[in-house]
Amino acid sequence: MEPSYILATDVGSTTTKARFFGKVDGRWRFIASGEAPTTVEKPVEDVTMGVRNAIREVEELTGHMIMDNAKEELSILMPYKGDKVGVDIYVSTSSAGGGLQMLVQGVVKSITAESAQRAALGAGAIVMDVLSVDDGRDDYYKIETLRFLRPDIVLLAGGTDWGDKTHVLEMTELLSKARPRPRLGAEYLLPVVYAGNVAVREEVKKMLRDNFEVIITDNLRPKIEVEEVEQARNAILYLFMEHVMAHAPGYDKLKKLVSTSIMPTPAGEGMMIRTFSEMKGVNVIGVGLGGATTNIYSNFEGRFLRTVSANLGMSYSVGNVFKEAGAENVLRWIPFEMDVKDLMEVVYNKMIRPTTIPITVEDLVIEHSLAREAIRLGFNHHKYLARELKGVKKERTISDIFEEVKPEDTYIEMFDVSHIIGTGGLLSRAPRRNQSMMILTDAFQPRGFTSLLQDSVFMMPHLGVLSTIQKEIALDIFEKECLVYMGTIVAGVGTDKIGAKVATIELEWDDKKKTFDLSFGQIIREPIPKEINVKIRVNPSSNFDFGNGFGKSVERTISGGVVGVIFDGRGRPIYLPEDEKERKKLLISWYDSIELYPESKIEEWRKGL
Amino acid sequence: MSVSEESFAYTPGLRVTPLTYVRKLRSLPVKGQILVKVGDPVEFDTIVARCYLEGMPQILKVAELLDVDTEEVPRYLLKKKGDPVKKGEIIARLRAAFGLINKTVLSPIDGYVEDINEITGNITIREPQRPVEVAAYVRGKIDEVIPQEAVVVGTWAAYVQGIIGFSGERFGELRVAVSNPEDILTPDKIFESDHGKIIVGGSFVNLDALEKARKIGVKGIITGGADIEDLEKLIGTRMGVAITGREELGFTLILTEGFGKLPISDKAFEILKDNEGKIAAINGATQVRAGVLRPEIIIPKNLSGKMKIEDEDVEEGKMKVGSIIRIIRYPYFGKLGRVVRLPVELMKIETESLVRVVEVELEDGKRVIIPRADVEIVTE
Repeated sequence: MEPSYILATDVGSTTTKARFFGKVDGRWRFIASGEAPTTVEKPVEDVTMGVRNAIREVEELTGHMIMDNAKEELSILMPYKGDKVGVDIYVSTSSAGGGLQMLVQGVVKSITAESAQRAALGAGAIVMDVLSVDDGRDDYYKIETLRFLRPDIVLLAGGTDWGDKTHVLEMTELLSKARPRPRLGAEYLLPVVYAGNVAVREEVKKMLRDNFEVIITDNLRPKIEVEEVEQARNAILYLFMEHVMAHAPGYDKLKKLVSTSIMPTPAGEGMMIRTFSEMKGVNVIGVGLGGATTNIYSNFEGRFLRTVSANLGMSYSVGNVFKEAGAENVLRWIPFEMDVKDLMEVVYNKMIRPTTIPITVEDLVIEHSLAREAIRLGFNHHKYLARELKGVKKERTISDIFEEVKPEDTYIEMFDVSHIIGTGGLLSRAPRRNQSMMILTDAFQPRGFTSLLQDSVFMMPHLGVLSTIQKEIALDIFEKECLVYMGTIVAGVGTDKIGAKVATIELEWDDKKKTFDLSFGQIIREPIPKEINVKIRVNPSSNFDFGNGFGKSVERTISGGVVGVIFDGRGRPIYLPEDEKERKKLLISWYDSIELYPESKIEEWRKGL
Repeated sequence: MSVSEESFAYTPGLRVTPLTYVRKLRSLPVKGQILVKVGDPVEFDTIVARCYLEGMPQILKVAELLDVDTEEVPRYLLKKKGDPVKKGEIIARLRAAFGLINKTVLSPIDGYVEDINEITGNITIREPQRPVEVAAYVRGKIDEVIPQEAVVVGTWAAYVQGIIGFSGERFGELRVAVSNPEDILTPDKIFESDHGKIIVGGSFVNLDALEKARKIGVKGIITGGADIEDLEKLIGTRMGVAITGREELGFTLILTEGFGKLPISDKAFEILKDNEGKIAAINGATQVRAGVLRPEIIIPKNLSGKMKIEDEDVEEGKMKVGSIIRIIRYPYFGKLGRVVRLPVELMKIETESLVRVVEVELEDGKRVIIPRADVEIVTE
């Protein structure tokens, strides 16, 4: 029987968010939301208390009875009994207590360690460290690292099936001797997922069984040219639920209430992006820009990848964004006078008071600049893992993760990415939608024709876990209630002198026609709504490629959105003059042409030049 | 449910109180021995619990070093599992070809042979167990004992939380080195006689003063603000996330307000001044995440029995019309004001964000609208 009402919660690290959906007039709708602080620490060490408070808010807002209030413990009334009583489905995700934190061990950094990292990330984990035989650290430091970190799960991989045994056994021995302790509760054995050479399974078990709970799965690199992460990923998800979460306060109760397994929040978020991409048959990139982490998702030509940059975020980790990006990269987006010292004070005071919000437009601009950099760095990290399988040793260091990855290194071809989806507090709370559209554009630098979307209310993780049991309903709500189509960005690769012609653009919709030139360094916004399909023909100059090669015309039919269609003549990579005054002048002209910030402020900045 | 204008809002704030009952949980990292019992009086440095931590292991690749097969390793061993070994002692020896080949494996550390791995041909030598002692940290009495794990030390004390700190637990005599909260702590205000003391500055401490404090052997510095670049120079690393406490500075630094030149709040300054000459326990450890941990200054008082705890409402974070608040975001950072209105509806601020706000009358009489997220309560 098709459900009538669905309740979903996300037990976040600070807030528990309830989302309530129902079928109204034959259509699935998002009805209400409720939020309450997560209760995972003293004095209330029971997550169901926070869940109950969040649901109560939904009950108060809607008059719909969801919980059995006669019972002392949290109890969900299921199924729907009619007359606004009960729900048919209850699902939940969780990242309480810092989410799922994992340690990854492999043999060769660019082969098994990299595959293992993809498996862990795919399961929604934060990877605390990646150890391999060739990571440049000697055994003493590896042991020290293992002892210092307190992971929830260890993923151990290495060797192809029936291949070399020595190295993977050495890594096993390091682990067995270091005896890292689990993060939650000292009373249980730390789970280790072994997904390496099948020939040494027994030896691995023997070495680890006294101090660890060992789970054996198929080798994630059975052959050098094959990567199979699915089984290891499922084992991690299973352990997360059965072992790790079982030690978090109150989860045993919550586990009994849900209609399907509780999922790590980022796994739910990723699942929704993947489902959207598969149902539409398009290549999608997604970003979850949070306070502590930046998650990047891609589903490209059937390959799904999720990465999390654990220390890139807009509040708790904003200091790290600044540190990794460097002052000059943050300052390059700021159109007014600001010295490094003042910028640092703003950044680091936000880090120590993470719940504060900007009061002035200038402060907002700084946060938006940091957001661009956080996503750019997170995407670099993602591209580092979105590569073809490596079968040869390649010298890399951990810092390479934050180095610019050359486009030829990744299999993600930006010309072929048709949708970019953003989520997270800063993006969804941006006072103007065009601000989030430009943050995503400047960070990802899409090429060709790309639709930009974001969620209206944070509900992607909720819908992701729902999609495991009700795929169509989840997608229906996602498209109609969750996603906001901001518009399409049209951009070409190339560079030229400021003012030189990039392309002649011809637009045709309904019975209207419009032709104009796009110059280098210029941004033009056409306020075309989502409902209107526009036939577009781009005739680029010989220095620009919009998808068919340099100087070659491209024809497409695209739609707009709440912001419209943006023609981006800034080249790729985006051109920013080195001269400070010139750069600010150009920034102001961009911000002005797309009405990014209040007009009075833009005028003030212009006068300050 | 609507909120009336006479209602209040909860807002986070740092605890700053002249008198409260402080309970500190003192835990062992692993199970061990508790050395005190409930009711025992303790000093700052009284050892209340002890345990032993497993030593570091060192793995010796014996098969590889002797160039023999893994299963042959036991033939060449001079030690067996459990044997104690000294640094430099021979653990394995291979002699062949009438003494022409002579290979030895030496122990790199003092310890014992923990494991001889037949699969890898490696030997693990583990350092001896290391004792770990936990001190009371504050002067008081033992309120509670959790067998083998922890104790709770209780004391009546003045209590001041800072916003961020560096380095861990220390104690020492408080000395206020400035005459008002706006003053800057410069090297000339730190003397040789400050060795072992905790120095209270004003709005700012510069790098020269921090370095002088370290040289003299000051135990702690408490100030409103400091320059982030100076601190990075002092710590020797760039800051990324606010998780601190393990820095090896030689002293503990606590900033009560943040980065930049920011006067210590009047209330905190008053408390510190009133307690000059007394012994304080301080800890710079900070963790700005869920389960937030802020640096603290605890000045134990020699009191017993039931006392009136001041500012209970403030600790809970109730903001009402009339509350004195401090703004904690640019461009009004550090400014004090009085709440004149707590509008129910969301309001559009300069950034065009729709947020819950508070209307504040600043000390100069000017009224400003501030997001509620950007204020903290100072007092009722």
